[in-house]
Amino acid sequence: MAMTITEKILSKSSGRKRVEPGENIWLNVDVLMTHDVCGPPTIGIWKREFGSDAKIWDKDKLVIFPDHYIFTKNPQANRNVEILRQFASEYKVDNYYDVGTERYKGVCHIALAEEGYNIPGTVLFGTDSHTCTSGAFGMFSTGVGNTDAAFILGTGKIWEKVPESLKFTFEGELPPYITAKDLILQVLGDITTDGGTYGALEFDGEGVFSLPVDERMTLTNMAIEAGAMNGIIAADSVIEAYVKERADKSFEIFKSDPDAQYKAKYRYDVSKMEPHLAKPHSPDNLDLVRNVHGTNLTKCYIGSCTGGKLSDFRSAAKIIFGSKVKVPTFIVPASTSVARQLEEETISGVSLKQIFEDAGCEVAKSSCAACLGGPSDTVGRAKDGEVVISTTNRNFPGRMGSKKSSVYLASPLTVAASALTGVITDPRDFM
Amino acid sequence: MEKIIKGKAFVLGNNIDTDQIIPAEHLVYSLTDREESKKYGHFALSGVPIFQAGLPEGGKHFIEGENFLSDYNIIIGGSNFGCGSSREHAPFALQVAGVKAVIAESYARIFYRNCVDGGFLLPYESTTKLNDQIRTGDELELDVQANTIKNLSTGKTYSLRSLGDILPIIEAGDIFKYARQAGMIA
Ligand code: SF4
Repeated sequence: MAMTITEKILSKSSGRKRVEPGENIWLNVDVLMTHDVCGPPTIGIWKREFGSDAKIWDKDKLVIFPDHYIFTKNPQANRNVEILRQFASEYKVDNYYDVGTERYKGVCHIALAEEGYNIPGTVLFGTDSHTCTSGAFGMFSTGVGNTDAAFILGTGKIWEKVPESLKFTFEGELPPYITAKDLILQVLGDITTDGGTYGALEFDGEGVFSLPVDERMTLTNMAIEAGAMNGIIAADSVIEAYVKERADKSFEIFKSDPDAQYKAKYRYDVSKMEPHLAKPHSPDNLDLVRNVHGTNLTKCYIGSCTGGKLSDFRSAAKIIFGSKVKVPTFIVPASTSVARQLEEETISGVSLKQIFEDAGCEVAKSSCAACLGGPSDTVGRAKDGEVVISTTNRNFPGRMGSKKSSVYLASPLTVAASALTGVITDPRDFM
Repeated sequence: MEKIIKGKAFVLGNNIDTDQIIPAEHLVYSLTDREESKKYGHFALSGVPIFQAGLPEGGKHFIEGENFLSDYNIIIGGSNFGCGSSREHAPFALQVAGVKAVIAESYARIFYRNCVDGGFLLPYESTTKLNDQIRTGDELELDVQANTIKNLSTGKTYSLRSLGDILPIIEAGDIFKYARQAGMIA
């Protein structure tokens, strides 16, 4: 019988010939990822349940990235990083990327890709809802809470309900003013924040496979904003090459059968799309940028695992080059590797970083920063009454700081154009 | 597991995300230190915009003053309850505040799993929209065997969806107890 890519990977991981949507199955986990917010409680539960001689099921499969609350004076946040540090040294966890060292990487989902942990055909769980990002590599990846993570840490196994798949096919050639962010906002507007609950969002079509790896990750990253269990894009030669450069592992590539069953199928012609945004206070509150053109802003923010990758900054830099921003604008590279590339890559001989600095932007250190508000000293945090336009993924009340702020979610092009005018602006005005 | 759960209702709208249940800035406290973990109860639901807190009127505080326990211990939500981040601090915060059950039209997957696998509280799905039938402060009686919720303030009874195939985990207490009973782990 025909299966989707998600069903094939879950069959393999559960040691079965086939699985059906709705079935509860036990999976063998290939990688468990955690970070500074959920790692310490996960470790606490693991110790409580498995006792003082608790063993990690396979320490080479555990990856830990401090990334959320790391550049702060908050004592409890710093205590969390210290717990991770001690745990990593006590249990000799080699895949620990400590802040303040050369090994520090930044936001976990981007670091997983860069460090070669994303392998087609495998199963990755993480204590973070955006773990679905890794699905851009033709693998199954999803977020879980601390209890489930502690269970994996001790056993390498976890139960999961096989999701129904929904398919999104993007046909046509992307216009230069459209990015992956516009595509996924369109999907969210169409299916809403619970349209994918317990489902798998599968993306394909020329509009997807023409995207670079980091743009594909923007699509799978926001699958969770539709409530989906995972987002997935079959691996192609671009992914194969990316993975081979970073991981010394053989892997299996899965693809959906042509007659696989889907709960629903959607088709889009990307050549006809216009820049989109999500208005406050929900990622599915879709509108065209031109419909809210002129809305006053107090802050612009380009960062996070969704919108802080190299492609995002390339797009933004093209617009900002040679101009000045009108409102405070924050540039937060998702990873230290992205930060390095901002210094190396140039437009007309000027580095991307220099372009942003010359324009008056604040370039911050790599981390989650104000994507999720964070402690009061977090860079870029939204204050009472602020109106922010951001490349991040969520705009629920208070997500970026004050619950009395309003956040618009948009592409890096739209945020960059808006930074130059101080009001919401269609990027086509600058292209 | 208690068979009958009685308590006052706190009524909320749709899409109550985990930042509203426990705002991100509070995720730094210890979940194991008994004293410190009370802060989770104190800040539970503090991210809900006040006009949407305690429907239908709104403007109600889930936690009064310096308390960490709420007067309300059954939450009535709308659709997509618990969406957003994976933070298990969210069902934990509700549990610390004394919440025994949430009754919503639908749940986000991770929040739902966390409630069950961590044994924090019962996540029941209603069969009809309830957040316009029940008012904040109404006295409720949840019958876990009959899968019904009775509004003692109005006398009306509503049926709920059975907890289905996660019931064995709920009955065991949490995923670890379940796995031990099933002989999966020692
Ligand atoms: S950047 Fe934002 S969405 Fe991504 S992991 Fe960090 S807090 Fe979560």
